[in-house]
Amino acid sequence: MNTTNTSPNRDIPHFVLKDCTLIAIATNKRANTLKEFRDHIENLGLDSLYYHFWANLLLPRFEEREYINDFASWVRHSLSDAKLAEQLAVLDPVTFNNPEELRYHLLEYIDDRLEESEHLQWFHATQRFEFLRSQIVVFDTQTKVSEPHQMSDLIPGMSASSVFYHFIDARRRTTDKIDDFRHWLALFGDTYQPLIDKLTDIDPYFTSLVELRQQVAVTFQKYFAEQAL
Amino acid sequence: MTSMLEAYSAITGADVIHHLQQLAKSLKGKTVVHVNSTRVGGGVAEILEKMVPLSRELGLDARWEVITGDSEFYQCTKSMHNAIQGDRVTIPDNLLSHFEEVNEQNANQLRSILEDADFVFIHDPQPAALLKYCSNRKGKWIWRCHIDASHPNRKTWRFIDKFVREYDASIFSLSQFVQLLPHPSYIIPPSIDPLSDKNVDLPQAELDSVRVRFGLDPDAPMIAQISRFDRFKDPIGVIKAYKLAKQYIPTLQLVLAGGSATDDPEGEIVLEEVRMAAGNDPNIKILQLPPDAHRTINALQRLSDIVLQKSTKEGFGLTVTEGLWKGKPVIGGDTGGIRLQVINFHTGFLVNTPEGAALRIRYLFNQKQKMQEMGIKSREFVRENFLLTRQLREHLTLMVSLQHGVIDRIDLS
Repeated sequence: MNTTNTSPNRDIPHFVLKDCTLIAIATNKRANTLKEFRDHIENLGLDSLYYHFWANLLLPRFEEREYINDFASWVRHSLSDAKLAEQLAVLDPVTFNNPEELRYHLLEYIDDRLEESEHLQWFHATQRFEFLRSQIVVFDTQTKVSEPHQMSDLIPGMSASSVFYHFIDARRRTTDKIDDFRHWLALFGDTYQPLIDKLTDIDPYFTSLVELRQQVAVTFQKYFAEQAL
Repeated sequence: MTSMLEAYSAITGADVIHHLQQLAKSLKGKTVVHVNSTRVGGGVAEILEKMVPLSRELGLDARWEVITGDSEFYQCTKSMHNAIQGDRVTIPDNLLSHFEEVNEQNANQLRSILEDADFVFIHDPQPAALLKYCSNRKGKWIWRCHIDASHPNRKTWRFIDKFVREYDASIFSLSQFVQLLPHPSYIIPPSIDPLSDKNVDLPQAELDSVRVRFGLDPDAPMIAQISRFDRFKDPIGVIKAYKLAKQYIPTLQLVLAGGSATDDPEGEIVLEEVRMAAGNDPNIKILQLPPDAHRTINALQRLSDIVLQKSTKEGFGLTVTEGLWKGKPVIGGDTGGIRLQVINFHTGFLVNTPEGAALRIRYLFNQKQKMQEMGIKSREFVRENFLLTRQLREHLTLMVSLQHGVIDRIDLS
């Protein structure tokens, strides 16, 4: 929850802008084959699952994002298995009730593929997969807003990691699995439903965080510009 | 904002500095000591020279201590360095005992500073045994391994391991380099300092003078590899790639610049092989530069159209970072940390053979627009990911993390 205090006119808390930083930690789990990969996933800590599905969005990358998680990318590029890569790439953590369900589906796809393809049982990856986990440190930026229209000016100045925290990490930590902006706007009842719908349309996985910031900012700016007419 | 923070802010953007300031708040007044084995020369000293004063400007009580040793000690630590990188060297027991003695002597000198510090960063193997002699330490100790320790000589690693396993955490540059240790191993890639002589913007007059000094043609295309004359850097492969590309780009110039090889017998042999391979081609310049020729190296990278680092084995590859920072696409060997920096069709190309390198050289000189776009992207890529400020941010995060224990989410808000 990123809200605190309340607006003077309404019983709705302010939106508190936070930022985060993330650090990667080795797990000493490594896979050279799909079988080893599968066995590690079976016992992998949830923080490691988080890292390979979400935290990688904070890592160096470019706009053309072929696969949205590290597992799919490794299967495609180091095991050259396009079929399994496609199947793993479609897994979106927010569509599962909990991380264990996500793990179950990952294992299902891998086991099916191991059963189907004999060569994948022994094929040696061109690059070893290194399982990592991460720690995230969250801090207050001492900035807060009380009215949604103030977001139009606030968002363009957000750091990339703050965009990550409010737009991506929020989906993991909030009960309704949505970003913090929509969560806050929903507190105003139906007033901002069209804006919430526009924000729902933004798919955060295929752009850089800087571009994502731009998309979110433009969505707010357009909405309030239209309202002003 | 203080002058040093202001200077970095002009390069990284104010938000990056603001981010550091926010993060450093919870560490205000903490004593942080960095220990390494040299004040001048080498990548570690270059980073500490700026990281320590920057940390102080952020409110930490940071200092930098350097251990001292005799020639036997450095003979031992040089072998140790090579052995951790996989060389099959056997270090005599008397040298290993001396290594411990020197560490003990240094611990006697530094004990009160080290034992009182909240955080102690020990860089590389040379001072690794200090911890053994600081039994009343109150802070967290972190061993920072700057070396590729992915395939160490087992006997040497067992010797080092008995010291480093007692630390509270370790840092490796890449996950591939991590050794199994009974504490958290953090992954923090190294970085470059954009304000150092090696990376700072240079006036055109200085570039022109370097061009004249080495007889480089301003109108002809140029490629360069700035690296030690070492087999793992594959300078012979670079010459082969140049010769293949030259069939299509007849005026192509190649600069191979490295340090003086007088103290490295193998370096001299490789240098001789490089001279033989170059033959009498006037468009190949083989330069031996002194260790402090940072601005010359900077100029050569800026004068090149493409920077090469065709290594067959590489640690992180900061010469790649330097080339990218100068807005040049890099053609690099598909190995180690080069893979983290060179992204095909974005910041350059990863190659496995001289033929592959030649193909990419031809491609880039044929696609000047693409080369320019890649150069712009390269600089931005380094700005976002591989500058000193990012490394400092991760050090601060690590310190916060160690204060709070190994939990996956630390909320300071």
